[in-house]
Amino acid sequence: MSDHLIDLVDISKSFDGQLVLDEMNLYIRENEFVTLLGPSGCGKTTTLRIIGGFETPDTGKVLFNGADITGLPAYKRQLNTVFQRYALFPHLTIAENIAFGLKIKKKSRDYIRDKIKYSLKLVNLEGYEDRMPDSLSGGQQQRIAIARAIVNEPKVLLLDEPLGALDLKLRQEMQYELIRLKNEIGITFIYVTHDQEEALTMSDTIVVMNQGYIQQIGTPEAIYNEPENAFVADFIGDSNILDGIMIQDRLVEILGTRMACVDAGFGLNKPVDVVIRPEDVELTGPGEGAMDGVVTSVIFKGVHYEMEVEANGFEWLVQSTHMHEVGAHVGLRVEPDNIQIMNKPESEDEKAVELDV
Amino acid sequence: MKKAFSKVYLLLVFLFLYVPIVIMMALSFNASKSRAVWAGFSTKWYEELWRSASIMDAVKNTFTIALISSAAATVLGVLACIGIMAMSRRGKTVTMAVNNIPLLNADIVTGLSLMLTYVFFGISLGYGTIVFAHITFNVPYVILSVMPRLKNSSRSTYEAAMDLGASPVRAFFAVVMPEIMPGIVSGFLLSFSMSIDDFIITYFTKGAGVNTISTMIYTQVRRGIVPSMYALSTILFVLVMVLLLITNFAPAAKSRDDSKKGK
Ligand SMILES: Nc1ncnc2c1ncn2[C@@H]1O[C@H](COP(=O)(O)OP(=O)(O)OP(=O)(O)O)[C@@H](O)[C@H]1O
Ligand SMILES: [Mg+2]
Repeated sequence: MSDHLIDLVDISKSFDGQLVLDEMNLYIRENEFVTLLGPSGCGKTTTLRIIGGFETPDTGKVLFNGADITGLPAYKRQLNTVFQRYALFPHLTIAENIAFGLKIKKKSRDYIRDKIKYSLKLVNLEGYEDRMPDSLSGGQQQRIAIARAIVNEPKVLLLDEPLGALDLKLRQEMQYELIRLKNEIGITFIYVTHDQEEALTMSDTIVVMNQGYIQQIGTPEAIYNEPENAFVADFIGDSNILDGIMIQDRLVEILGTRMACVDAGFGLNKPVDVVIRPEDVELTGPGEGAMDGVVTSVIFKGVHYEMEVEANGFEWLVQSTHMHEVGAHVGLRVEPDNIQIMNKPESEDEKAVELDV
Repeated sequence: MKKAFSKVYLLLVFLFLYVPIVIMMALSFNASKSRAVWAGFSTKWYEELWRSASIMDAVKNTFTIALISSAAATVLGVLACIGIMAMSRRGKTVTMAVNNIPLLNADIVTGLSLMLTYVFFGISLGYGTIVFAHITFNVPYVILSVMPRLKNSSRSTYEAAMDLGASPVRAFFAVVMPEIMPGIVSGFLLSFSMSIDDFIITYFTKGAGVNTISTMIYTQVRRGIVPSMYALSTILFVLVMVLLLITNFAPAAKSRDDSKKGK
């Protein structure tokens, strides 16, 4: 408990009778890079706004270093936000924008000047002091928004899809820049995105959300390799999600074929969800794998080929560096430890979650 | 043919609108007192205005009343807008509708009811009651010109200011105010010209001995034809004209400036 910087305790929030967050519990450690990941409208921004103090939860508490700050107004909180749409002040120059928070804290002129210089250097925009915000490109404005937030040396930086409006190349550049920044200034990042790749690249911890519920919290590796339910598996990367029956420990039946796996403890003949990543499906000669199929499509993706293989009535998604022609007969094989077994959702809520996918 | 006709039509409309004013302006420069004979160009009626203490008082009253009432109305109007913004959707609609009633109300009704109110509460009519009356009818104009600006101003910059440690009041002055400034300026100018322009409400709420330019003209003209009143009317007309021009072009010029800066 002691190393928690922020605790969200039983946070619920509705707008106009519509429940947006349902008894959410989450903690964030000091110096952690936490990403809230989920589809549009799942409540990521709302969560961030509650932490930032722009929204009051209907129930529950926000703790900062163990102290209750639920009722503390935004301007008294020791955190700064990079907003989903930059929100630079259009009538102020870049330097004045960056100095805004420091002037309020009555820092000396020299201090402010040094800080402006330092922060512009940090975001690679030296010499932009006297420009107006709308004369900058989207990516540059975004970096100014980040500079404006970090000069205040907040304990926590909240970032709401800061790279959402940028093109792919710039987004990747900015991802590296953000990671570098985080290592350089050592503050806690709470980052919102609906881009799973971005989340996997940058985070220490990923919080997968859907419809106001937390689906899974874990490291990028855990989220990717051991998704706890079908929603997470589907949302993080491409996967093959199949209905299966757990015959006994370490043996599962998929599409009428029994395959060895490593999971145990589900009981006998229990219906389960099975997740197999496309890169874990190996293509062999016909008859050499667990089941046979026919290649129905091939797309070249740069590093690998992405193929669809029809086998036992299921369209398998397969990634491989070896190409097989459309129409080729192949066998499919999966290593036991690459078969991920998950319980079927039980509660009504989780079912609702599934339907939305 | 059709085009020529529409041009002639337009000309006629403008003639009807402006000929009387042009005649009055011309007569204000007539050396003779006669309305029929042009006796040469002269500024003597204007000089007469300058010499009359009561007229100069009226001019001074007009300006101070306009200034005080429009400044007060601007402050009240902006505050009202902030309040309205915080209301629910329905509250907003109702309040804006109520706000429009005084604008549509006949001046004479507004004037009469204000006078009755003053008398009812035993407030003696004079300079102060005119100022209050003018504030009353100016506030809706300010609300009307500030409200659209405030609606369009982005909530996110206001929140960003608070995020950076500004109290709500400070965030308003630092971020929201510059954004809605064109609306505030045009609201102020509109109030100012409405106040200078007003006759009926002023007439009902003024006490004996206090005059503005318009009530002065009215009382003087009732006594007999005085060309110096043409001069005073001309001044009033030019003043309101200039103010309206500023009101219409100042905000437009400002936003053009802004967009230029963007490029
Ligand atoms: N101020 C508000 N008034 C009414 N409904 C709101 C408000 N803010 C958010 N909502 C609703 O709450 C839900 C969650 O919104 P939120 O902005 O948190 O989603 P998000 O996860 O950030 O989505 P995105 O990825 O599109 O930004 C949405 O259904 C949205 O319509
Ligand atoms: Mg959002």
